[in-house]
Formats: sequence, C-alpha cells, structure tokens
Amino acid sequence: MSAPEIQRHNELFEKAFSKTNLCIQCGYCLPACPTYQSMGTETASPRGRINLVKMAAEGKIDVTKDMAGPIDLCLGCRACEIACPVNVPYGQILEAAKEIIQKEKPKKTKDHFVHLLLTKGFTNPKFLNLIGDATWLYQKSGLNKLVQKTNAINLVAKPLGFFEKILPPVQKPSKRTKRGEWYKTERECKGKVAFFVGCVTDAMMHETNNNTIKLLNTVGLDVFIPEKQKCCGALHAHQGLLSETKELAKENLDVFKTSGIDYIVNSAGGCGAMLHEYRELLHDEPEWQQKAEAFSKKSVDVSVLLVKYGPLPFKREWNGIITYQPSCHLSNVQGVTEEPRQLLRSIPGANFIEMKDSDSCCASGGIYNLIHYEESSKILASKMENVKNTEATTVVTSNPGCLLQMKHGADKFAKDYKIETSHLVDLLVKLID
Amino acid sequence: MEKSIVKKIEEIIPKERILKELSDRYSYSYDASFGEYLPDIVLQPASVEEISLLVKLANEYRIPVYPRGSGTSLSGGPLPVYGGMVFDLSQLKEKLVIDKENMIAVASAGIITSEIHKKAEEVGLFYPPDPSSSNVSTIGGNLLENSSGPKGLKYGTTKEYVIGLEVVTPLGEIIRTGGKTVKNVTGFDLTRLIVGSEGLLGIVTEVILRLIPKPQAKKTMLATFSKFIDSGNAVTNVLAAGILPAAMEFMDNACIRAVEHYKPSGLPVEADALVIFEIDGHPLAIEEEIEKCRVICNKNGATSVKIAANDKERDEIWAARKMVSPAITQLGPTKISEDATVPRSKIPEMMECLYAIRDKYNLTLVVFGHAGDGNLHPNIITDKRDIEEMKRVELAVSEIFESAIKLGGTLSGEHGIGILKAPYMELELGHSLELMKSIKQAWDPNNILNPGKMFPQPGQTKVVLT
Repeated sequence: MSAPEIQRHNELFEKAFSKTNLCIQCGYCLPACPTYQSMGTETASPRGRINLVKMAAEGKIDVTKDMAGPIDLCLGCRACEIACPVNVPYGQILEAAKEIIQKEKPKKTKDHFVHLLLTKGFTNPKFLNLIGDATWLYQKSGLNKLVQKTNAINLVAKPLGFFEKILPPVQKPSKRTKRGEWYKTERECKGKVAFFVGCVTDAMMHETNNNTIKLLNTVGLDVFIPEKQKCCGALHAHQGLLSETKELAKENLDVFKTSGIDYIVNSAGGCGAMLHEYRELLHDEPEWQQKAEAFSKKSVDVSVLLVKYGPLPFKREWNGIITYQPSCHLSNVQGVTEEPRQLLRSIPGANFIEMKDSDSCCASGGIYNLIHYEESSKILASKMENVKNTEATTVVTSNPGCLLQMKHGADKFAKDYKIETSHLVDLLVKLID
Repeated sequence: MEKSIVKKIEEIIPKERILKELSDRYSYSYDASFGEYLPDIVLQPASVEEISLLVKLANEYRIPVYPRGSGTSLSGGPLPVYGGMVFDLSQLKEKLVIDKENMIAVASAGIITSEIHKKAEEVGLFYPPDPSSSNVSTIGGNLLENSSGPKGLKYGTTKEYVIGLEVVTPLGEIIRTGGKTVKNVTGFDLTRLIVGSEGLLGIVTEVILRLIPKPQAKKTMLATFSKFIDSGNAVTNVLAAGILPAAMEFMDNACIRAVEHYKPSGLPVEADALVIFEIDGHPLAIEEEIEKCRVICNKNGATSVKIAANDKERDEIWAARKMVSPAITQLGPTKISEDATVPRSKIPEMMECLYAIRDKYNLTLVVFGHAGDGNLHPNIITDKRDIEEMKRVELAVSEIFESAIKLGGTLSGEHGIGILKAPYMELELGHSLELMKSIKQAWDPNNILNPGKMFPQPGQTKVVLT
C-alpha cells in the first residue's frame, strides 16, 4: 500500500471506524432501504455500506475503487437509522465516507463543475437569483417551448430534459420576497420566527416561500428573513465537502441571531434536516457548539408551527383524494411525521389516504435522481404504483426535491392517470384565500 | 476464481446476477455473528433449475457452496469459511400462496418470514414461529436454522410447521420431501432431517408450511420480582394451573437496569427479574386466565403486576423487552449472544451458573430469554478489539455450554451450531455425532455444501474468537 493510501485509510479509520463498529450486522435495516429493495444486493444495503466503510478503514479494500461506488448509490434517506435497533449513526458514517472519497477522487471536469457550482454558486444568493432570473427569462421568452419541442436538451442530458419539463414557472424577479425585512401578522402576534428560505427554493420555487410566509402570518406569527443567510450546506455535505458545510453553518449561525426569535422555520425537509444537525456537525468545535445547539433546537418545519399555532382558517374545500409523500429528511432526521398528515386530514372536503410504503424514499435524494437517473427511476416507478393505488388526485410533499421528483413521476409513470402534485404549503394557501 | 469456471457459471445464470467485485465479495463475507470469510464469487440464482446446475458444477470442480438468506444468523450459518461460492437466495421470492382451505402456505425460500405472518393473518390464519429477525430473515434460512422465537412453549418451533420441501441435494438433484398433507408417514421423514440441517444436506428452494387458526385475542401482563427464584416459581405455577401462555419473556436485573438507563420508563431497577406473560385465545378465556396469572404472580412475591388495558399499554410492555438489544449494546460494541437452553425447571440453577461465570471471568453478562421453554439468552457485552478480554470471553462461552449440557440442556435452542458451537458438539451428542457425520457423508460425498459448519475440526474443542 502506498503512503497516501495508508494516510487516507487512517483518516477514514479516525472519522468512521468506531461508528461502523457499532453495527451489529443484524440486517434490520434491509427492509427499510429503498436501494436494497430495488437493487437486491447486500452491497446496496445500509449494513453492506457500513461494512464496506469498515473494510476500507481497515485497509482491506480501496476507497475509490471498491468503496466509492456503493456509497455513491446511497440515497441518504436515512430510513435505516429509524429501523436500526442499536442507533448506528449511519448519516455520520456516510458523510465521513463521502468526505474521504471527495478528497481522493481524481478531479474530473464534471466533478469540478459540481464542486464549483456548490462552493461558489449555491453559497451566493446573487448567483442563485441570477439563475432564477435566467430561468424566468427562459420560460417567459418561449425558448423553453422550443427546447421542449425539439428535445434539444435531451440530446445533452436526458434526465435534465425531464426535469426541465417539470420545473414550475419561476416568478418574475420583482415579485420575490425581500430579504432583511419583517412580514408582520395582521392578527394578534403570538410569536416571532426567522425564515430560512433555502437556496434552490428561493431561486426556483419562490412561490412556496411566499406561501410559507402567508401561512405563518395567518396563524399569528411575525416572520423575518435574515438578509445574509447562506445555503444550509446539505448539498455540500452530501458531496463530501465537509469543511465547506461547516463554513456555511457558521455563517448561518452568525446571521440567525437566536435571541428574540422563537423559531427558525423552513419549508424544505432537506434543508431543515441539515439545520437540525448543525449541533452534530459542530459538536467538536467548542466555540460554536453552544450556538449550534441553540440554533438546531429552534429550527423547525413549517408544518409543526402551523399545527401548534393553528388551526388554519380554511375558506374553501378540496375535492378528491390526497396522498402524502413525506420528505425522508423531515421524517427520518427531524422526526416530523404526524404534523403534515394532521394538516392534510384537517382540510375540509378532502379525503386523505396513506399510500403503501409512504415512508420509503421517492429516490429524489438531493441530486441523486440526476446522477443516478436509471436507479432512481426504478424506485420512482414503484412509488408511483403506490400513489396510483390510493386513487389520489393530489400528491402532496414537504420538500422541493421530492416535489420535482413526484412531478417527474406523474409525467413519466402516470401519464394516463391525471394527478396533481403540490408542496404542502402551496396547497394550504389555496384553501385559505 | 478461475476464468474457465466463471465462464461456465455465465452459461447457467446471466452476468448481472454474478457478483465478482471485491466490494460484492466483502458484502457477503459476514452475517450477524462473528467471523469474516471472503467468498470467491457471489451468485444470485433465480430458479431451482439454476441452483441444480450450479451445484452440479460445484461438484465437478469441488467448489464449496454456501447458501444464504438475509444473513441474520447468529451462529455463522452462511459464512463461506472455505471461500468458494455464496448463493444469495434472498432474491428467490417469486411465490407465496396461502391455501386457506388446506390451511397451508407455499413459499419460495427467499420470502421474508413476516410476509408469511401478514398474508396468513389476512385470511384469519397463523404461522406461529416468530424469530425476532422475522421482518428481515427468509423462511428458507429460518427453517434451515430451525429458528423460532418466543412462542415455542405453546406453539412449538419452526420444525413443527414444515410439512414439505423442494430441495436441491448436495449432488445437484432436485427432490421433493413431504407434501401438502399434515399426515404423512411414507418413508423416512427427510423433511424433518433437512429442517435444522443448517444447509449441510440441501438447499431449500420452496417450503410448504402448516398454518393454524389465528387466536382471536390476546392479553399481556408485566410482573416484576425482587427475587429471581420467585419469578421462576411464578412461571412454573402458571403452567401448573393449566394455563399455557403464548409467551413468557424474562429479563434479569442487568437487562432491566440497561433498559431503564437507555430509556427511562419506570421499570424497577432494584428488581431481580421481570417476566412478560402473554395469553392468547378466546376473549373470554384470556380474561380469566390473565387474572389467574396475576393472582399467581402476587402469591409468588411479585413486587408489581400490570395488565395492559389496551394496545398502547401492550406495546409499552413489549417495548421493555424490545429495548434490551439497543440498551445492552450501549455497554460495549461487541455483543455475543448465546442461546443455551435448559429444561425449564433448571432455569434457576442455570442462572446461578451464569452469574458465577460472569464473576469468575469478570465480564459484563446479562441474561434475557424465553422462560417458558428454558431458552435463555446470556449476552456477553465486550469489545472484540480487547484481545485480553476476548480470551476470557472464550473461556466463559465454553463454560456456559458445559453448564447447559450438564443440566440436561442443549447447546442451542434456536440460533444453530454454525461455526461457533461446533467444538462442543461431541460434548452434547457423543457417538450420535458420528452418525450425523455419516449422514452428511452419504448425502454430500464431495463435501460441497456449507463445509466447515456444525462438525468440529479434528482436535477442535474450544471456540476461538480472537
């Protein structure tokens, strides 16, 4: 073994070995894992992946050649953590593995592009606004129609083509909410919340953010949007860019002053999970630990506050069956499972039906569906079967990534079967106006 | 593995079901027990015909074959100790038919056991064997290891429910044993011989299981005792009163402390023992029986007795038992779970032996298990990286087995022999071990199927964990 190899094995050993050693290899995680279910091999299971990280840490297999592939195919949905009887911190093992892979990976152009996009793009609201603006312009100009018609984009990247089709109309720049401003409730003020807008949501699905503010105002909460907030870091963490993730976390901790506000609210399950885990992320940095702890404690999904300060003053009925595809990170990491369902059940006129295996991942998984399009499609196909079996007319999600995936699923696997997709807050707003 | 052999394998099954990468091989090098053995190749055959051809090929080239379900074995059952081929049969799951009229289930070997529970219950039937891994483990693996769970006392173990099999023999022939009738005395009972044979006599591809009517209702009760002996008397007296509980699960003081420390729920940490009684049957009968259990426990010095009033309270009671595993793993990273089993009346004596062993070797040892059938699970919590302590564990494990056998018990109630208990087989079986070996020899002249299991190596008398 060459010197750098030993070095990286040691680093992995330090970061993950003792955690992998907690796994008693009972296999209770197997039925919970969507990739094990779709691929049917131990290598694609949580138990298998933990073992491979252990083997790599021990130097028995190579990080890049043997470990990277199976780790890369993990959705990161963390359903295995819920199933685990001995609380193995799978998420931490996964992130440590990704970090080491990232460090060792030969720098390909594609990776470099993703890296640049993540580190320079998503950390910069101006850049994201620019993308948002460009998308808006692109859609407004009718160029999108032409691209869709000619399938030009499919020639470049088929999966991107699918997603281009399902991207919701982006609002024109002037209609977006302003950062650094308070949105006050017209009712008696019951509390003050700071809103974490999320980078992708803010740029591409801004309507959902507007609606989140509207709903929070409706239940009597004042909402503030801290101006200099950054990306939560989830996408960076998933790519193994841990030091960048930590930097972003620290900047957010500085921007979101926790004194004077009751909650830090978000409406994206994936971002929420990252915010929820700042305390683990910074647990070994004493000067940040306390701040992170306070931040994570106050960080909460919008559905929790809507239930806590509700009920919502519904003015309309919703006809038809609604089913719910929860965000894995909302359920498995933040432990919020009941509130969104409670809100859906409270909608007048609607019939909420739980789909089979609703808690299993839709295979959106950050940008998994772009990187591993075929694998993702297999999982999505069986998910859409479950959706169809409820005879739902609307499928509701709690995270922008899942929403896009459901739209894609409806488009690809349920064409003959008309089904609407909506983020929870977008649906709720329609009914209180 | 030699290229020419791989080429022959590729003529039998498609490439995508042949796993050759190092990552794949390491992914099938372990189960839920100890030990790590790297197979040369992993195959996922999808039919009995493919398995038959592959086993014939293995015989031709003398390649060891290790069949495997979901790899939940605690005794090393599927570990490829001599390399060779691992057959991953977890994907062999095409068939699951519940035949309500004949009260049987026909299932492919890779069907998950809880799936059978679920499908049977949908039509009012019941498959009682319920290993704690039932949400993960395959029916094929369950029956080859004869694993069973807490309901052994009232309902018997897996072997009581298997009435027919489709099997690939160690020479690659496809045979059927038993059938769909509950009564069957034609010829030798090969079904019974294969059940619990730990994959030494054949690869099971399809099973026929007997089902029984689903009990209409159940009642659950939690009793705690300040003296261990009292809990033993309560268990015996409940049975003497003509009540046959579906489960009597027991936890010792160390388990209670661990669970309470892990997730405080008001369990008495001073109690010597805790027993969960579950009665099932007709709603009226179980009301009366659970009340009798309460009276008997009180008479036998129970410090607290609680009968669950509803499903929520029932779940709370079972939560204590289900938390044992996570709770005790907080005590150390390596958990050695044994299942030495003694006649019920010898449980108190066995407990004394276990505590003496614990003190003698200065180990963290906790005990829980199935009080009704004498199936105890002494668990030693240690750290396998601590070689010095592991040496003491080896000696302690040996003494646990010796004690169980001395008290008229057995090496294994439900985990199987595998590699971990092979050295002690002669201690329990004496000369009948030779007879077992001659059966293996007759069935598997080339020693192809799951070699290295169940029978000790010459001169091997102790387990080696380090």
